[in-house]
Amino acid sequence: MTLHIGQSQRRENARRHLAGRGRFVSDLALPRMLHAVFVRSPMAKGRLVEIDTSEAEQSPGVVRILTAAELNARCKPWVGTLDHFAGMQSPPMSILAEEEVLWTGQPVAMIIAKSRAEAEDAADLVMVDIEDSEPVTDGAAALQDGAPLANSGARDNLCYEALLETPAVNEAFADAAHVVEASFTFGRHTAVTLEPRAVIADFDPSSGALTVHHGTQTPYQFQDVYARHFGLPEGKVRVIAPDVGGSFGMKLHVYNEEMGAVAASMILERPVRYVADRLESFLSDIHARDHIVKGRMALDAEGKILAMDVDDLAPVGAVSAYPRTSAAEGNQVIRLMGAPYNMPDYRGRLQVAFQNKVQTSQYRAVGHPIACAVTEALVERAAEVTGLDPFEIRARNLIADDAYPHVSATGYQFEKLSHQASLAKLREMMDPDALRADQARLREQGIYRGFGIASFVEITNPGAAFYGVGGARISAQDGAVVRMTPSGDIHCAISVTEQGQGTETIIAQVVADQLGVSPERVSVTTGDTATTPSGGATWACRGAGIGGETALRAGRKLRERILTLAGALLQADPATLRLEDGAVVDVATGEARITLEEIGRVATYRPDTLPDGVDHSLTVAHHFAPSGYPFDFTNGIQGSLVEVDVETGIVRILKHWVVEDCGRIINPLLVDEQIRGGVVQGLGPAFFEECQYDADGQLTNGSLADYLVPMACEMPDIEIAHIETPTEDTILGAKGVGEAGTAAAGAAAMNAVNDALRPFGARLTQTPMTPLRILDALDAARKQRTDP
Amino acid sequence: MKVLLSTTVNGEQVQEAVLPRTSLADFLREDLGLTGTHLGCEMGACGACLVLMDGVPVHACLVLAVQAEGSTIETIEGLNETGAAADLQAHFHDRNALQCGFCTNGMLMSAQALLEANPVPTRDEIRDALSGNYCRCTGYEAIVDAIDTTARDRAARTEAAK
Ligand code: FES
Ligand code: FES
Repeated sequence: MTLHIGQSQRRENARRHLAGRGRFVSDLALPRMLHAVFVRSPMAKGRLVEIDTSEAEQSPGVVRILTAAELNARCKPWVGTLDHFAGMQSPPMSILAEEEVLWTGQPVAMIIAKSRAEAEDAADLVMVDIEDSEPVTDGAAALQDGAPLANSGARDNLCYEALLETPAVNEAFADAAHVVEASFTFGRHTAVTLEPRAVIADFDPSSGALTVHHGTQTPYQFQDVYARHFGLPEGKVRVIAPDVGGSFGMKLHVYNEEMGAVAASMILERPVRYVADRLESFLSDIHARDHIVKGRMALDAEGKILAMDVDDLAPVGAVSAYPRTSAAEGNQVIRLMGAPYNMPDYRGRLQVAFQNKVQTSQYRAVGHPIACAVTEALVERAAEVTGLDPFEIRARNLIADDAYPHVSATGYQFEKLSHQASLAKLREMMDPDALRADQARLREQGIYRGFGIASFVEITNPGAAFYGVGGARISAQDGAVVRMTPSGDIHCAISVTEQGQGTETIIAQVVADQLGVSPERVSVTTGDTATTPSGGATWACRGAGIGGETALRAGRKLRERILTLAGALLQADPATLRLEDGAVVDVATGEARITLEEIGRVATYRPDTLPDGVDHSLTVAHHFAPSGYPFDFTNGIQGSLVEVDVETGIVRILKHWVVEDCGRIINPLLVDEQIRGGVVQGLGPAFFEECQYDADGQLTNGSLADYLVPMACEMPDIEIAHIETPTEDTILGAKGVGEAGTAAAGAAAMNAVNDALRPFGARLTQTPMTPLRILDALDAARKQRTDP
Repeated sequence: MKVLLSTTVNGEQVQEAVLPRTSLADFLREDLGLTGTHLGCEMGACGACLVLMDGVPVHACLVLAVQAEGSTIETIEGLNETGAAADLQAHFHDRNALQCGFCTNGMLMSAQALLEANPVPTRDEIRDALSGNYCRCTGYEAIVDAIDTTARDRAARTEAAK
């Protein structure tokens, strides 16, 4: 029998989208539905003096204008801290600003109208009087003594700080043969999912039930949030996430607008829809990154890494995001530094600061691109000072493939990784000798090419260690209900969710193999708290590793059930039977004894013909939470080849390579496309994407015409290879792959650009590496040469 | 004040009263329920809203519904039903050239128009032709591959027919 795990099964649910039959929240219209639009603060910081809605109330189509007094009273404020981040503070947040506005775009009033256009017309008529004050925009300035408070509800502007330190780190630097150092700036950028955030809240007062159609990756988390913050029994809250037009971490945070839609629906007792327009997305979706990092690396005379010492300053906006906080990224930045390498000593310091901008929080590859870029840029400098080539210095320092388990200097436990095999594979794919020869030849013609590589580890399959231990009600487990229908088809309802990565497809493959059927016979339901068991859903690459394992174990439970029933029907020992090609087969002879269809028929329509006491229920449930390691790690390495036009500063990305080890590969086609999409989300911020603010805290490029996203013509072909090191923590052995591409693409690209600029002595340490910044770096290098 | 609009959408005669400021995208999505046309930016930058107007791809977010008076509109639903792009859709499926699917309608419209104008484009030409289509999920390569394969298949079929 052919196994389906490991096959490039096509995505059945993709066909709907190809036919124009997607079902997104933004497509849904409910009877008597109203539309919400928010009036937003035009200033980054100030005191709210007055909101005059009288004229707006007369505007055609307006049903109600809700202000803080009425709306906020409906919803318990939220606080974005976690207990295991000791000393962390974040002031409570409510739907609408009450006395103080904290960022440009913060909602101050909510218009409810019969159509979106009418609500927008009315919003223009609301008079908001704000006494503005000096905003805190710069992270470093925020932490200086005497700095004004970004948020008057906070003790000071320090949201959180952390220090990791091994005892011998100072000696390591004192004894080093070489110390390399640099400062890095990683720009603020944002998710720009093509479908903006969308929600329809539908409160039914007759039953007290709240149904929320919500474009999110974590429906159960929102079921819990809505129940607790609106004082509803959890059983009365249903969250449905149908097709979601991209999420990438951005759509799992609690936002003022979604909470507002729920509150408004409860007040008006009608469905209320809010769909962000693109300008609002830029002002209100979480932003990501924004780190200023100072890093040093100590090496011995042979180029072996002795230690790193890093300082990360992360301004995160005026409040910490809820419920996952805005400190988790910085926390991962300082813990992932140097992760691929044997590095005995380490110091990492993190400061998370409040400022008057929209909050930053988790977005695809949380912290990884920062830690990877800093580590790999320092390794590149180390290669320069020690005279080693980029492959050789990594070969000397990567944790050996036979040296596991390994505990990093930052405390991460690695079960088993494959850095050396990955490096060897990448060398084979890239052929660096040929690239060097090309580079030298082209330089003579005034063409400047460079290549760079970057090793990485990626955190996947988190258990309770991520959030649960910190008191957050974020599920560490997932659940599946698998049943056989009366006709012998299989149905799996599972808590992991689909945003196009192929969750439903891989779950069908896994379940199919446990039950000896083809995946076409397995239908999968996701994304509805009323029809699937509760679980963590999809984030931190848990879909394949944790969701897949849940499905596997549930499938096996049903298999036992079917075989027991078949044993009773056939008067055979179930141990002599197995499932294959839709039938129960005699293990010894391979002969088909009874079809699943026949078992379904008997169990459903003629249970009276079964021997007494035989359990004919063909539905099983199983929940799985990772145990063993607190989370898994995947690893890999990426390479980038670029050409820099030194006259214009424009970079052409010529080629990108990835070697990735995500453990057991369930579906190679889907894995590769996760990697490609991830790489492009890493290259975007490396070259183009940046939320630009002026000194007044105004976002100056908040539209898709001004904020540059990577487009087809700028992106390279991406060559991918795999090493497979399954985790032994699970039967399935899958880890996760969603964030790997994003983790190291920017780091490899930065090394490539700097390799191209080497003849000029110019070096980039800031992303995005815009043409202007490249020209500035060339200019600075030129000045240094002529005026040393 | 609403005005009467007559147009042909996916082969059907449509007569509706619309507000002059209503965009073609809102008209298609809200009045006709053709939600396969998506809105990603409402300013002509992302390509999610592309429809064919008299055979030419236009941004339905920028065109007013009243501008469609007397013209012929084809949306993804119509294109799907005619089967004219069935091979392109099949190659998108086969190559997994979509993830969330929100950009897919626009990608198919651009690809179909490209292959009409330039039956055997190079990969660079395909990438250029998609320069107004934003996709956050795929990284584009699979989309380029799917269009490339469709072009070569169509060319081979034309060749064989000769
Ligand atoms: S919605 Fe029309 S181009 Fe983006
Ligand atoms: S598939 Fe999601 S935007 Fe293209």
